Amino acid sequence: MSEPSAVDLGAASRGRAWLEGLAGTSAIGAHSVLTADGTLEGECVRYFTVGPDPAARFPRARRGEIGLAEGWGLAALLRATLGEDANRSPRPLIAIVDSPGQAYGRREEQLGIHLACAAAVNAYAAARMRGHPVIALVVGRAMSGGFLAHGAQANRILALDDPGVMIHAMGKKSAARVTRRSVEELTELARQSVPMAYDVQAYAQLGILHGLIGGVSAAEPGEPDFARVRSALAEAIADTRRGPSDLSPRWRSAVAQQTRRATWEVRRLLAEQWDALPANL
Amino acid sequence: MNEPLPDENVHRRWLARASFVELNARDRARALLDPGTFRELLGPFDRVRSPWLPPQGIVAQSDDGTVIARGRLAGSAALVIAIEGAFQGGSIGEVGAAKIAAALDLALTDCQRGRLIYPVLILETGGVRLQEANLGLAGVAEIHAALLALRAHVPVVAVVAGLIGCFGGMAIAAGLCSWVIATRQGRLGLNGPEVIEEEAGLAEFDARDRQLVWSVTGGASRRASGFVDELVEDDCEPIAKMIGRAWARGVPRIHASERVAPMQHLVASLGAQGIIDPNAIRTALGDRSIP
Repeated sequence: MSEPSAVDLGAASRGRAWLEGLAGTSAIGAHSVLTADGTLEGECVRYFTVGPDPAARFPRARRGEIGLAEGWGLAALLRATLGEDANRSPRPLIAIVDSPGQAYGRREEQLGIHLACAAAVNAYAAARMRGHPVIALVVGRAMSGGFLAHGAQANRILALDDPGVMIHAMGKKSAARVTRRSVEELTELARQSVPMAYDVQAYAQLGILHGLIGGVSAAEPGEPDFARVRSALAEAIADTRRGPSDLSPRWRSAVAQQTRRATWEVRRLLAEQWDALPANL
Repeated sequence: MNEPLPDENVHRRWLARASFVELNARDRARALLDPGTFRELLGPFDRVRSPWLPPQGIVAQSDDGTVIARGRLAGSAALVIAIEGAFQGGSIGEVGAAKIAAALDLALTDCQRGRLIYPVLILETGGVRLQEANLGLAGVAEIHAALLALRAHVPVVAVVAGLIGCFGGMAIAAGLCSWVIATRQGRLGLNGPEVIEEEAGLAEFDARDRQLVWSVTGGASRRASGFVDELVEDDCEPIAKMIGRAWARGVPRIHASERVAPMQHLVASLGAQGIIDPNAIRTALGDRSIP
């Protein structure tokens, strides 16, 4: 399968379309970081997304990348929501993901984009640990550091089963350069090795996804698509409330018990050896 | 004017230095811990290695390039997590990630039971291992989660020493740590120079220009802008002492990754053109140090 092409600078944001469709209201936010409030089965929820902004101040973050403004901006909006809910039942938070990754640039590095991403990771994890059900909904690309900052800390990850949906550690060209392979070799390896695959159905075999939602149009969603995804989100929220607030469901899932056998082996042996240490250590 | 000759003691001290950077991950962990207290967990003889590398024609290593050690450091019960830069660029695959996340989770359980285990991460890593791409990415997210849960109980210290530096998802992990210590040789950044050059072009970043690379991500420049809390010499004993002092400072009231309002304001005010003053970043991050 070929890699989806880069987002058109002028193209409407897929994340925004899903955010506004699911919430049934216009997005709040003038730049790349958008929110909207909606209801799921009578409960108030807040949606977040990062979309393209052709006029963004930082040119390396105009196509939906998580850049400096996006990382710190997401952290600010998430923390404001946590503050609003400090004395009431924590609202479910839904991260709609369609991002080509983190912003690549010299200025981004100088201004510490690693910390901007860490701020978003921190805010999402803080929400999760305070009892907000956090659900990631992947409607397009979920790449690399962009996904770590926006989506990967969720209690549950849902993805649309669509050829334009892709979750991956790095784009093919860069991955080929770093691993000193040709793009053709990499594509062949990705066909043979599940963790390297670029399509979302192979990703689902890792056991990390809570669900793959089929039968919806990712690129041009309509009301029946929104209704279907809303019920999947409600189910994921209910499932989150029944489970722990950490990320252990990812490696404890039935599918992961097959694919991530090495993870299980590591966790079992390490706990055994840890408990056997002398008390004075 | 005649420069004074270097003090003979300074010279001798420099020669007597025990380089930390030149050690492998296991020897780094051993050098930090009090003599005789080093205990490796899930060591090479347990032979838990990557199931994903051999089918790709890459020889797996029996510790997957990650060393987990317990022992004592400066009198405290310590957990040392050291990543081996010489194996696959210190990249994080399924096994390495699981070792790190599981060790942090075990330390958390001990802390919750009232027994504080003090963690330090020696980060020599290019980030996610692309040969295990999505399992590496998932593993790094699990490391972030474990680190944040543990950080509420004990200060988590990161050391960025040298050779490979600390990049990708593990640079985000460093950003989540309570305290970051680096040597001049250490580099800290999200995207490695080659990847920026590939994604954004030679005009954005020339990966062969070493001076440029160090001026952006090098330890001294990171210290100047406050992304690193303390700069240390490449010498085992002072590094161990600095880790002990960071633990003694305790859990910061506000972590660097929580300095949202001042950093958001600074980034917005600078935009794509404003001249970057390292002091302004350092101030926005709370001008921290480990005395």
